Amino acid sequence: MADENPEEKIAVIEEPSEELTLPKEEAGRVDMPEPSVHRKVAAIQFSVLSPQHIKKMAVVKVVTPELYDREGYPVDGGLMDTRMGVIDPGLVCRTDGKRLKDCPGYFGYIELARPVIHLKFANLIMTLLKSTCRECGRILVLQNKVTSLNADLEKIEKEEGPEARRRVLKDLIGGMKTATKCPHCKAKQIKITIDKPTTYLEAEKRINPIEIRVRLEKITDEDLILFGMNPKFIRPEWMVLTVMAIPPVTMRPSITLESGERSEDDLTHKLGDIVRINQRLFENINAGAPEIIIEDLWDLLQYHITTFFDNSVPQLPPARHRSGQPLKTITERIKSKEGRIRHNLAGKRTNFSARTVISPDPMIKLNEVGIPLVMAKKLTIPERVNVWNLPWLKKLVELGPEKYPGANYIIRPDGKKKKITDETKEASLEELQPGYTVERHVQDGDIAIFNRQPSLHRMSMMCHRLRVLPGKTFRLNPAVCHPYNADFDGDEMNLHIPQTEEARAEAEFLMEVQTQLISPRYGLSVIGCVQDAISGNYILTKSLKFSRENAVDLLLAAGITDLSRLSRKQEISGKEIFSALLPEDFNFTGHAKFKDETGSDEVIIEKGKLIKGVMDRNLLGEGSGLLLRNIHKRYGKDFTINIIGNMFRLGIETLARHGFSTAISDTDLPAEAKQKIQDVFDKANRDVTDLIASFREDTLEAFPGKTKSETLELKILEVLNKARNVTGQLVSEHASKDSHTRIMAISGARGNLINLAQMAACVGQQALRGKRIDQGYYDRTISSFRKGDLSPMARGFVAHGFKNGLTPAEFYFGSMTGRDSLMDTALRTPKSGYLYRRLANAMQDLKVEYDYTVRDSGGKIVQFLYGEDGMDVSKSEKGQLNIKRIIRTVLSE
Amino acid sequence: MAKKLNFDLHKHALVPKHAKCSDAEKKKILKHYQISVYDLPYIRKSDAALAEIDVKAGDVIKISRTSPTAGEAVYYRCVINE
Repeated sequence: MADENPEEKIAVIEEPSEELTLPKEEAGRVDMPEPSVHRKVAAIQFSVLSPQHIKKMAVVKVVTPELYDREGYPVDGGLMDTRMGVIDPGLVCRTDGKRLKDCPGYFGYIELARPVIHLKFANLIMTLLKSTCRECGRILVLQNKVTSLNADLEKIEKEEGPEARRRVLKDLIGGMKTATKCPHCKAKQIKITIDKPTTYLEAEKRINPIEIRVRLEKITDEDLILFGMNPKFIRPEWMVLTVMAIPPVTMRPSITLESGERSEDDLTHKLGDIVRINQRLFENINAGAPEIIIEDLWDLLQYHITTFFDNSVPQLPPARHRSGQPLKTITERIKSKEGRIRHNLAGKRTNFSARTVISPDPMIKLNEVGIPLVMAKKLTIPERVNVWNLPWLKKLVELGPEKYPGANYIIRPDGKKKKITDETKEASLEELQPGYTVERHVQDGDIAIFNRQPSLHRMSMMCHRLRVLPGKTFRLNPAVCHPYNADFDGDEMNLHIPQTEEARAEAEFLMEVQTQLISPRYGLSVIGCVQDAISGNYILTKSLKFSRENAVDLLLAAGITDLSRLSRKQEISGKEIFSALLPEDFNFTGHAKFKDETGSDEVIIEKGKLIKGVMDRNLLGEGSGLLLRNIHKRYGKDFTINIIGNMFRLGIETLARHGFSTAISDTDLPAEAKQKIQDVFDKANRDVTDLIASFREDTLEAFPGKTKSETLELKILEVLNKARNVTGQLVSEHASKDSHTRIMAISGARGNLINLAQMAACVGQQALRGKRIDQGYYDRTISSFRKGDLSPMARGFVAHGFKNGLTPAEFYFGSMTGRDSLMDTALRTPKSGYLYRRLANAMQDLKVEYDYTVRDSGGKIVQFLYGEDGMDVSKSEKGQLNIKRIIRTVLSE
Repeated sequence: MAKKLNFDLHKHALVPKHAKCSDAEKKKILKHYQISVYDLPYIRKSDAALAEIDVKAGDVIKISRTSPTAGEAVYYRCVINE
């Protein structure tokens, strides 16, 4: 328990004393080539501050707990002494003569009336006391062994690193603690215990800090090295404080409240307590007060100093404000999520960014993002003034920060920033000239980086062009939801405005949506039509016919103005309307999800005309089919992004005209189908009953490697699954062919035929851990069944459909699997997230070199040929090269 | 050292072929990739797959495995002591 923190660490946490212990690097300065390097840090040495050191670096000895005199001026020798820095605008620091903000602040010190244990070293002190002699202060190991141990440790550190040294040392110290006799002076050792946090007991008797300090002083320098302490920098007696450093005023500024009252920092409060008690202790000692009173004051001083360092020691009541709220002292400032390290140093924040809820807008382009007007007036772009843009920028400055499109700041060539207000507007307009910079509001077409967390792949951050829109949400085209993995159930996204020309160019060329179309994972488009856009195109290309007027109207409503490719006929089929989007020389054959009456799923596009087949998820959807991939290959990214947008709008516009809705009647079945389904269930029930009966009579043949009951389970599952599949088939045969629910399932827009069957006929077997439900009560799942009942209904088979309604037992089984899968996802998400993080961190510097090897940053080889086949997936089609097409195009040239 | 196995692990479907490279081959490989042996991935001398091959630290092992993307893929590893 004793040595939890290795000493180096403690030194780091506690008192980093920089330069003073550093070797002076005179030579380093002479051969410094760049004159801009003022001084170079050669090394950093962490150590414990010695009392001499504390006094040396202090500029004032604090003697009074008072802060200010009657005029409100800091008292000399008080905690706010102006030699320790200033926090009032009017005052001058007496150490460096600087004012507020320029003065870094300086340490002071107080002389403690009695030594006090430093809380953060309590464990280390314990270790030292236990493993050294109480009489002679030598380490409890024979002299000749000390040298050899030192050599051993040295060797271990060299070979296995400091971690291993610490480990070995810990074992060693653990052994020493049990020694009962000093090998040097033969003195008997008494067991020392710690009464946390800072009281040491020797055989139930307290050792006071003075005595502890005496013992620590006796430890020889040679022995210290074995403990891993360099006596040049750390002497153990320094861990018992005799003087204490007072942090500069600048790191504990007081706040002036509106009422003119001053509110001091928590640290100042604590220091006030320390100084006050210290003074009282001095007075009592000098007056020769009884020992009990002195002891009490001493303990109180120990408490205050302890809580000054750390106010969340488990054994101590935290020091509180008058309001009862605990003080935030040094450790609380550094530690945990809101502490200096994680909050201020590791936390990354950025300006010129925005975050809000997202909502869909299919009428904006895929590479656009709609932003609210209020945001457009806050987000700015610095625009350098030149002769050509001067009139334009003047107009913006004139409109000012309130009217859009205006400007918020002007920056003079010397870097002075001026806010544009109604008062300064005239003067700003007057002085504006080339060389100035104007921070203007963002406008339509400006570049922005759009992001949704978790940013798992590069498509999670893409560059969009701004569109300023009314409302208070970000608008994005639903087709780009997939790469962001976004939906509109309350998702929020972030937006960043690049501030330099370089950043904007880089974002535009490397990150814009169209550059990210082809996924590096599988070499197909990650952006495609979704939901309504798919069902719309399916309906359109399947059977619809329009008059010429209606067709033109439809295309125009979808934002397609180029009608040159539209058929000249008076009656235009849906296929011809869709073909109007395609380029004239485009040929394609592929396979649709949909199969026609002849069982063919072929889709043929010849010379930009859809001749055969329908457009469904396999053609238009993201990550599937080669239609979009081929268009991208031939006509490039900008064309593709446009055509996806057009298809999308054409789809939803068709749907809007055609009318599309899902209804309860979509799941209606004719009476004969209902009868057939009933027959299937009856048969399945009979089969299962027979199986159970044969199991009970012990005539059931066990499968190889399975017990009889396992065999029974398998057989029952098989029967029930078959029954469910048959009902599914019956439903899909008998349900209305052109019901909208069915269209959604067939086109792949949403759902599948199983969902339809679950609504119309039968939900099916509920399974937990890959088995039928078998948990709950003894031998039964719910108390409404008999014990040992193995029938389908007693083991989670839901024979009803959602439309007809479930029995209470069925509903309960449904909730069981529902809860199970809920728990499963809730537990799995963080696990897989962490796994992903580790993989990403392990592989982050790997790079494919020009010889196609994958190497790490040190040049070590990880793969001899990237992916074992050297293929860039994003240049392939679904991970494969289409050799036939390559030959065809080469031959045709 | 690993315990002697009582079956031939090279007959297992998941164990790829391991072969020691000759000095000439080794030289060629290192020259081709412009690396030293220590930039290769490692394999321990005690690795079960090397039990029947006489190797010492610094040798290069050629591993030919079947790959789902490329048919056969060649991999090289450098033998190290523990």
